[in-house]
Amino acid sequence: MKRSRFPFIVTGLVLVFFYLPILILVVDSFNASRFGGAWRGFSIKWYVRLFHEPAIWTAARNTLVIALIVTFVSLLLGTTSALALHRFSKSRFQRVHYTLIYTPLVVPEILMGISLLMAFVAAGVKLGMGTIILAHVTFCISYVALVVLGRLQDFDFTVVEAARDLGATGWTATRRVLLPMLAPGLAAAGLIAFTLSVDDFVITFFVAGPGSTTLPIRVYSMIKHGATPLINALSTLLLALTFTTVLVSQRLSKSGALEGGQ
Amino acid sequence: MKNLRRRGQEFFLTLPSFFWLSLFFLIPTALVFILAFRPADPFGGIGRGWTTATIKGLADPQYLAIAWRTLWVSFLSTAFCLLLAVPTAYAVARAPERRRNLLLMLVIVPFWTSFLIRVFAWKSILHPEGLIKKALVFCGLVDPSSQLLYNLGAVILVTVYTFLPFAILPIYAAAEKFDYRLLEAARDLGARPFQAFRKVFLPGIRQALVTAVLVVFIPSLGSYIVPDIVGGPGSEMLGNKIAQRVFVDRNLPLAGGLSIVLILAVLAPLLGVLALQGKKARIQPPEGGGKP
Repeated sequence: MKRSRFPFIVTGLVLVFFYLPILILVVDSFNASRFGGAWRGFSIKWYVRLFHEPAIWTAARNTLVIALIVTFVSLLLGTTSALALHRFSKSRFQRVHYTLIYTPLVVPEILMGISLLMAFVAAGVKLGMGTIILAHVTFCISYVALVVLGRLQDFDFTVVEAARDLGATGWTATRRVLLPMLAPGLAAAGLIAFTLSVDDFVITFFVAGPGSTTLPIRVYSMIKHGATPLINALSTLLLALTFTTVLVSQRLSKSGALEGGQ
Repeated sequence: MKNLRRRGQEFFLTLPSFFWLSLFFLIPTALVFILAFRPADPFGGIGRGWTTATIKGLADPQYLAIAWRTLWVSFLSTAFCLLLAVPTAYAVARAPERRRNLLLMLVIVPFWTSFLIRVFAWKSILHPEGLIKKALVFCGLVDPSSQLLYNLGAVILVTVYTFLPFAILPIYAAAEKFDYRLLEAARDLGARPFQAFRKVFLPGIRQALVTAVLVVFIPSLGSYIVPDIVGGPGSEMLGNKIAQRVFVDRNLPLAGGLSIVLILAVLAPLLGVLALQGKKARIQPPEGGGKP
């Protein structure tokens, strides 16, 4: 039976649609011309210029500090949450808990941004790095919890029971058996939290204060003020970082899949 | 005794995330509803007393037009996303295994890429000096004086661009599990290819189509970056108005009032889907995350 080629043609076009703008951006970052569209020779001067921009370095440092703290805290909260959802799945309380974990995922970012801003203003909290961290953890918990929960559902709990039968205490079994086997899932969840935190603009913009500029906020103000070649260079660097992260996480999930299958 | 310990364990494992999300998600969302009834104070904060002036002010034709436009842009973007996502997800699911993994990877990468950068990439190619504009003028397709940027078309195009991966992934997940012998059976029974696709394949992945609609429609209702960067004054959406009330004239109660409109717009499709599914069956877990 002959299959229609139409879906494959659409897929090809969709991939061109996905990658062409990104490709043009990357090529333009090496363009000596100030404006895209006309090639004036290969140059890395925008990267050199970027390197000498102190504001970028401060923003990068802020972003990294925020992302690391957010990853740690949301891994902790998300994992305990997933363990509760999994182990007590029949409890009515967990159904409420699950709804609470799930809802932030379907709320548009701008709503989370404005509601957090209002809460911080109402409570008289000073906006800055601290409020950004609180906000990021809030949206990262749900992603971490669902990724880890997915892992737990494929998890062979008889192994933990075996450890208990052989005399391990609950805590030892968790630490020596459950956590190591869950490690690839935790790493994948951590990567997601880290990437979400590094990338977030909308919520961050609402709860940021003076002195807490992050990279996306920096990029946004550069877009607004027309520093095009510099953004091209910065974007290319961030894209390279993202691609590496995706490759690493694919590796992690593959090794995780193998472990789960055995 | 054992039951009591179990209760204790559940309590300690649930408490951290429950407490955090109550404090930083539930209470702030409730606050939006409360603060919209407070007057603004002249320093950009929230005044004392209560007022319904803000909510009444939302009936302003300016806001109605923007709410209507927000719905339309989201609707059209969702429709285009589905039109592209269904064939793509189908093709990826039916590709030979090695090519399938590569294709899937290619779909996932934009999913991880910074939203802001992807929007910016379009701004620079639609720009009057950009590549697409030049190419279209060269082919004689557009007038040199025409503007590709800062209009509704650009907003819809870029919205589709940014949300398409979110639509493809759930549909792919269902298309991969679909039993394609059913399509062959339909063909054997005399259905034309498109008929088989429409009457057998599409109903088979219905759940995923609903998920795809929700994951595109709901975030586009809250769009803010896309109309802000590639849109113009004539293509502003609710998100832009909320942001302007916060960053331009610092009127938090009015921003809260507009957010209530947005919350209601988001809840409507969500409750609609829940009601429809509630009638069908309650056992099926929502796609995308596993229900315990």
